[in-house]
Amino acid sequence: MQTVTKEMLIAKAAELLDNGSVTRVFGWQKGEFDYDVTPALFHSAAEMEKDFVWNDFCGANFSKYLIKDKGEGKVLVFLKPCDTYSFNQLLTEHRFDREKVYAVGIPCDGMADIRLIKEEAGEGVTGVDTEGDELVVHTLYDGDIRLNRGDFLAERCKVCKSKKHVAYDELMGDDGEIADSARFDEVAKLEAMSADERFAFWQNELSRCIRCNACRDVCPACSCEKCVFGNPKSGVENKAASDSFEEKMFHIIRAFHVAGRCTDCGECSRVCPQHIPLHLLNRKFIKDIDTFYGEYQAGAEVGSRAPLVDYTEGDIEPSKAVERGGANA
Amino acid sequence: MRKCVLADKNALLAAMAAVSRLYVPVDGADKQAVFSEWKDGAVLSGKLNTNRSAKDFFFPQTENMMTFKMSGKKLEIFDTRREHEDFILFGVRACDVRSFTVLDNVFLSEPVDTYYANRRAHGTVVSLACNKPAETCFCRTFDIDAADPEGDVVCWEDSENIYLTAKTEKGEKLLAALENVTEACGDDAADGVKTLVNERLGKLPLAELKADKFGGGKTDAFFNDPAWDSLSEACIGCGTCTFVCSTCQCYDIKDFDTGHGIHRFRCWDSCMYSDFTMMAHGTNRPNHMQRFRQRFMHKLVYYPENNNGLFSCVGCGRCLSRCPISMNIVKVMKTLGGKEDA
Amino acid sequence: MQVNEGFKPTIVAFCCNWCSYAGADLAGNNRLNYPAEVKIIRVPCSCRVNPMFILRAFQRGADGVIICGCHPGDCHYTSGNYYTRRRMSLLFSMLDYLGIERERTRLEWVSAAEGAKFAATMNDFVEQVTKLGENKRLEDLRCKQ
Repeated sequence: MQTVTKEMLIAKAAELLDNGSVTRVFGWQKGEFDYDVTPALFHSAAEMEKDFVWNDFCGANFSKYLIKDKGEGKVLVFLKPCDTYSFNQLLTEHRFDREKVYAVGIPCDGMADIRLIKEEAGEGVTGVDTEGDELVVHTLYDGDIRLNRGDFLAERCKVCKSKKHVAYDELMGDDGEIADSARFDEVAKLEAMSADERFAFWQNELSRCIRCNACRDVCPACSCEKCVFGNPKSGVENKAASDSFEEKMFHIIRAFHVAGRCTDCGECSRVCPQHIPLHLLNRKFIKDIDTFYGEYQAGAEVGSRAPLVDYTEGDIEPSKAVERGGANA
Repeated sequence: MRKCVLADKNALLAAMAAVSRLYVPVDGADKQAVFSEWKDGAVLSGKLNTNRSAKDFFFPQTENMMTFKMSGKKLEIFDTRREHEDFILFGVRACDVRSFTVLDNVFLSEPVDTYYANRRAHGTVVSLACNKPAETCFCRTFDIDAADPEGDVVCWEDSENIYLTAKTEKGEKLLAALENVTEACGDDAADGVKTLVNERLGKLPLAELKADKFGGGKTDAFFNDPAWDSLSEACIGCGTCTFVCSTCQCYDIKDFDTGHGIHRFRCWDSCMYSDFTMMAHGTNRPNHMQRFRQRFMHKLVYYPENNNGLFSCVGCGRCLSRCPISMNIVKVMKTLGGKEDA
Repeated sequence: MQVNEGFKPTIVAFCCNWCSYAGADLAGNNRLNYPAEVKIIRVPCSCRVNPMFILRAFQRGADGVIICGCHPGDCHYTSGNYYTRRRMSLLFSMLDYLGIERERTRLEWVSAAEGAKFAATMNDFVEQVTKLGENKRLEDLRCKQ
């Protein structure tokens, strides 16, 4: 259950629009159902009254939209704790003007995963309400189904790394703590497998890729003006999954390119239409960076030096790194 | 009409598989339905529809068109086309069956796309009425009947039987081969299912969505609508909607240098990509709003204009549930079509 | 055990212009032997090697890829090889995580004076990859003859 309500957010936005602090608001817009929420730009409190929504399906991270936003005056953006890490990371990379943004930190009690809910409730989910620790799922054919909310949170929220906001102009509600997260457990499990098992695992996952590029396009760290995979002159811009090599190349390079900059916001896995656990690639890099070069959380502070643009004379050699990476031979 | 008791469904599918290679929807590793080759005892997916559309069978994401080899000044060209094997697609929903008509209009009109035609000629489509249409379904908007689908053979399932009827010559041939596992029944045997499905279709959340404001000749009415700016604002420009769409038919042709020859292949392309239809002078849709608009205008206006009013959206709802930011054709239709002057 | 008798691997060696490429030259001048399967690609600095180059080499039929640069501290550009080291640590670990044989990739520091080390490294690497056999896990079937 979210502690800050939709009404409180609208009131806050109205106050800031009224006193001229901001001219527009990035917020979640309600759709046909409760869970098909679209990021949108609102210009008045009236617009927000009509369409703004804040519920358990507002997972979309607004940080990347700040790059494109070129409106007059300041824009108000609501940031969940994990969003603030992306916000800081983009600031570190000078991708938007901090002076043009008014950031309001809002607490987040985790976001629900509609895919998990639909897997449980079947076809015909017309809406989902949150009542305390329960989700009430309205369905076309089976009436209302009550589910334990905690079991249907998105993977990234089940292993939430931080409830603490690392950037904001103003905070609503109480700030949380950085959590002792179990987010590397899945990576460790894979590392403990044999090389053949790992290969089979990834072959199965990555072969489903349809190269829609949603993981890249939604990623706040993937902010190149022209991606190498979108450049006809690069020679690797085959928009098709031609055979198994193409997908491996794409996903290794995608994850590598954001290594050290990826805040582990989990948007890539959220949007994948083929349900490939892409976060397991990013988290492997994060885990390795932590192991080899000391703990580093991208976006925890503005201006920190990312591990891949840094070095020490005593860094681990790749031959040792592969062994210490924790993977079995 | 013929019928087969549900308990014998495996035998029915086995009889189909004996005719030719059979694909059925089963749950894949990611718990999503996917068309896979039938194996004895396969458990069919309980999902309404497959994650990817059925168009893959006729218009695959990638296919080799030809191969070149150079040795000195000699250039050899190899035709990579092979006569396709016969195959049967079982359990295709009404929306996807209609999508084949949409694709046919593109690929089978002159000049005929021989790659597509080859697959199409060898495929037999066995459709299945939708007993439990989903909240994202809006096929009725485009005059598609999920209670009585098109297809070579059409099937209905109730709690006891599966009913089959042939609608084309191909379908009759297949049904004839299934005589041993089916028995004759009255043509009204599936009426109960049809009534149930119709009743359910009428109660769907999107049942009232109408497309009559769109269609050929409406370019001027919608092209310069200011709403495109706000609608496209959140779109991240990925190709998810295009690649899960059962009617999107755009492709790119590219050469892949293997180091010892060239594979000329085609692969799906998306109008959401910045290099879509890139030409020597650059692109004719330089900003994202224009690319976004193209997708919906094509489905709702341009395609019907060239194809006797047939829309190139079939209301399967895949883009509704897959879009990373939940922007979709329903929201576009409601926004643009909801205006008085439209 | 000779499992891969007759198998000749294709090895791509990215060598930095200032140290390792000169090391290869020295190996040649000193008539030291190393297998002809090693195809050297000269790069201005080991740091120039984009992870994509390595994947591309595998795609186009390489069975092993080795990167050679100046010893840490000796980089012509002061620090290029330090960055290489971090990148390759992460990349090789990722390839291993995907189940691709870790013996197919290597990073080695070879100075301009180490012709003997260059030859020995190449001999050793070729032997190691020969034992592994053909690269199957990062192959692109379209590129097979």
